[in-house]
Amino acid sequence: MLFSSGALLADIHGLVFGAIFLLAYSGGMVGLLDLHASWETRKGRRALTKQLVIGTWAMAVVAWLTVLIGTYLVYPLYRTEFQSVLSSSFWNTFSMALKTHIGWFTPILATTVAVVIWRYKTQLTEEKHIRYALEVLFTLAFLAAGIAGLLGALTTKALPVY
Amino acid sequence: MANVSHEEIPVKTDILLEDIQQERKIPNGEAGAAILAAGIGCLTMGLLTAVAAIWGSLHTFLQFYPPAGSITGITIVMVIAWLASWFVLYRFWKDKQVNLIKVFVLTLAFILLGVVGIFPPFIHLFA
Repeated sequence: MLFSSGALLADIHGLVFGAIFLLAYSGGMVGLLDLHASWETRKGRRALTKQLVIGTWAMAVVAWLTVLIGTYLVYPLYRTEFQSVLSSSFWNTFSMALKTHIGWFTPILATTVAVVIWRYKTQLTEEKHIRYALEVLFTLAFLAAGIAGLLGALTTKALPVY
Repeated sequence: MANVSHEEIPVKTDILLEDIQQERKIPNGEAGAAILAAGIGCLTMGLLTAVAAIWGSLHTFLQFYPPAGSITGITIVMVIAWLASWFVLYRFWKDKQVNLIKVFVLTLAFILLGVVGIFPPFIHLFA
């Protein structure tokens, strides 16, 4: 039942928004790693930061949509359909509990990265400490999304919602 | 005085308003405020999750949207703490150079504590 209302919401949450965030990470990270003053011309730096501003803001919006749909629309379905399983098994004691919480780290970290890139723009090429911090936060956002996504996929496999 | 036509005046096209604005460097305090606030947000979630597991009445109170349980209250409080701390830090640091390495190490420590606070085996030690 791929397209029942519950399954569709779970697919939009995980397979659409969650997957977009995870796939976009590599592009954003390459852009951040390329932000060196000595590697780019002024025009190149301007073009790269413009792409990064658009890309990281888009990722932040996608991350917010993912957690909001997951928390307010999909998770209540699991609680309704699998209350007894969720309250007594591994799926609630570890998987679902960790997934619902750690996923929320992603939009906060992604928004922080987006705002700092948007504010500093080409100045980031000369600010290596800020750049390094953003690279780590961006990677932590990706890891949090990856853990939530993996646990979500396993949970959906074991307990599909309809 | 030489008569210069408009066509002879060189126009430097690669100087844009953005470049002129970028001449004024933004102190790193603004970035430091954003980075540390993210850590505070993550720490808030860890603390609330752990405390709610111990203190049942807080767990019940945090069920702002009952169908989804206490995760709704925890995340709403986390977002408020994140934005409020960002606002306060921004007000203090926006015109300052801060020690970004210290700020970042503190942020990583907060994120790590946040992860520990939400890690189910840790929560079950107290629940």
